[in-house]
Amino acid sequence: MSIDIDTARKVAHLARIAVDEADLPALAGELSQILTFMEQLNEVDVEGVEPMTSVTPMRLKRRDDVVTDGGYQDQILSNAPDAREGFFAVPKVVE
Amino acid sequence: MLDHLAYEAPKPKVIAGATGDWELVIGLEVHAQVASKAKLFSGASTTFGAEPNSNVAFVDAAMPGMLPVINEGCVALAVKTGLGLKAEINLFSAFDRKNYFYPDLPQGYQISQLYHPIVGEGEVIVDMGPGVARRVRIERIHLEQDAGKSIHDMDPHMSFVDLNRTGVALMEIVSRPDIRGPEEAAAYVGKLRQILRYLGTCDGNMQNGNLRADVNVSVCRPGDYEKYQETQDFSHLGTRCEIKNMNSMRFIQQAIEYEARRQIAILEDGGSVDQETRLFDPDKGETRTMRSKEEAHDYRYFPCPDLLPLEIEQGWVDDIAATLPELPDEKKARFVNDFGMTEYDADVLTAEAENAAYFEAVAEGRDGKLAANWVINELFGRLKREDHGITESPVNPAQLGGILDLIAKGDISGKIAKDLFEIVYTEGGDPAEIVEARGMKQVTDTGAIETAVEQVIADNPAQVEKAKQNPKLAGWFVGQVMKATGGKANPKAVNEIVAAKLGL
Repeated sequence: MSIDIDTARKVAHLARIAVDEADLPALAGELSQILTFMEQLNEVDVEGVEPMTSVTPMRLKRRDDVVTDGGYQDQILSNAPDAREGFFAVPKVVE
Repeated sequence: MLDHLAYEAPKPKVIAGATGDWELVIGLEVHAQVASKAKLFSGASTTFGAEPNSNVAFVDAAMPGMLPVINEGCVALAVKTGLGLKAEINLFSAFDRKNYFYPDLPQGYQISQLYHPIVGEGEVIVDMGPGVARRVRIERIHLEQDAGKSIHDMDPHMSFVDLNRTGVALMEIVSRPDIRGPEEAAAYVGKLRQILRYLGTCDGNMQNGNLRADVNVSVCRPGDYEKYQETQDFSHLGTRCEIKNMNSMRFIQQAIEYEARRQIAILEDGGSVDQETRLFDPDKGETRTMRSKEEAHDYRYFPCPDLLPLEIEQGWVDDIAATLPELPDEKKARFVNDFGMTEYDADVLTAEAENAAYFEAVAEGRDGKLAANWVINELFGRLKREDHGITESPVNPAQLGGILDLIAKGDISGKIAKDLFEIVYTEGGDPAEIVEARGMKQVTDTGAIETAVEQVIADNPAQVEKAKQNPKLAGWFVGQVMKATGGKANPKAVNEIVAAKLGL
């Protein structure tokens, strides 16, 4: 499968990455190469092989339902470009 | 034990169009907030109404390097919900990332379960009246993170974002398209809410947004739906539209009604319905397009690399199953069968687990029908006048039971019992002691009643003559005797003595 320029532009938009129109052909080419490699991997016969989720037999770590965190509004907001009255303030977004 | 009373399916709602009849096909995705103390992947609190951005851990704010650790309590509550909906529990489930950008989603993705949900197929029986119910199949329930909250009306140029809700665990409960009308859809949400509240896995508070629904609506011609049910082939059904994020049963009904008529108008005009997401505007009572086509959903789902698959053991599931309470359907069937009450009364008494527990405490060792009558008509009626719930009742089950015992013993009449109830409700106290102290005891001493009857007869010779012509007038004498005895005479005894003395 090959990625054309329109698809590259769409992928960039979905990821909110600003890409110059002039850079799109090169990007489309690189994405196509990645997909070609994936297609090559797809040729391997994995019939009957369980998908591997971890290299060691590990169990998903769990915690108890107890409140152990939070309560630091100032730290949460400290990197915000704009914060008011305890909220993050962002340019207006209304559906 | 009976799981459910016998029922028949209701008729689907039919809307008459210009070119013939139309039917509705509805499926719902209900988002229920898991009643956990901490969030799904962080140790921050889920308490509603806290200072903005105070119930936020660094994981929730998506600070670099922070990793999610799953809350086992949330998993247990999702499993319990699945068991309560008679659904299969998947011992293997996994988390995926659903990618999209929005200011109240700091991660840039929502952790959800697309490919391997924790709960599989189940069912909800939606009661639509005595003996009538719709069986709605549940397709799946998955665990996912809630987003934060954006507030648009605090500043003319800015939106304000509060991340307190970010990362709170939600159960998305997905139904099959088995619902056939607006009322059924609202009743389905109501029934689901009732079951969740019985289970204690979600508080069901719709006002706070702890239970909200996305509704999929399409229309078809009579007969098409049956073809779908036979084949499970969706091509027999119309194109659906999804109405997002409704947190009121009334709005759900209005939105479906409007949306169905909108689609019918398009189809009858020779057009075709576009599959799209719409929003309901309660002020205008209409639905409108939410997102433009160019930005059609492209969530680019992929397995979340931060989380291993969630594997649970059958023994753990069995332990949870052992904690399940009696659920509404079973309780209702038991009330109808054991107490001989109507399905309607059983519905009222089982609406909330607390109501049912109160009733059972009153009915214990007493006449169930009488107890049902008093709990529903007197107690609930009185509580409703003051907009109180059962947990705020000033009369406890022992007190109400005491009143019923006095009626059963013949110490007080039904009419006096109502006065007594009002005294207990407003002043409190032990019913038997109040009756004793205030001389409310019914006169069953036939001698005393006879004297009163004789007095009334002696005072009203003209009425006596009339009564001999028309025996129905005996009631007048009974009334006079009751009045003379301050309502305390046993009505049955008065009736008999009046009849005897008048020679009727």
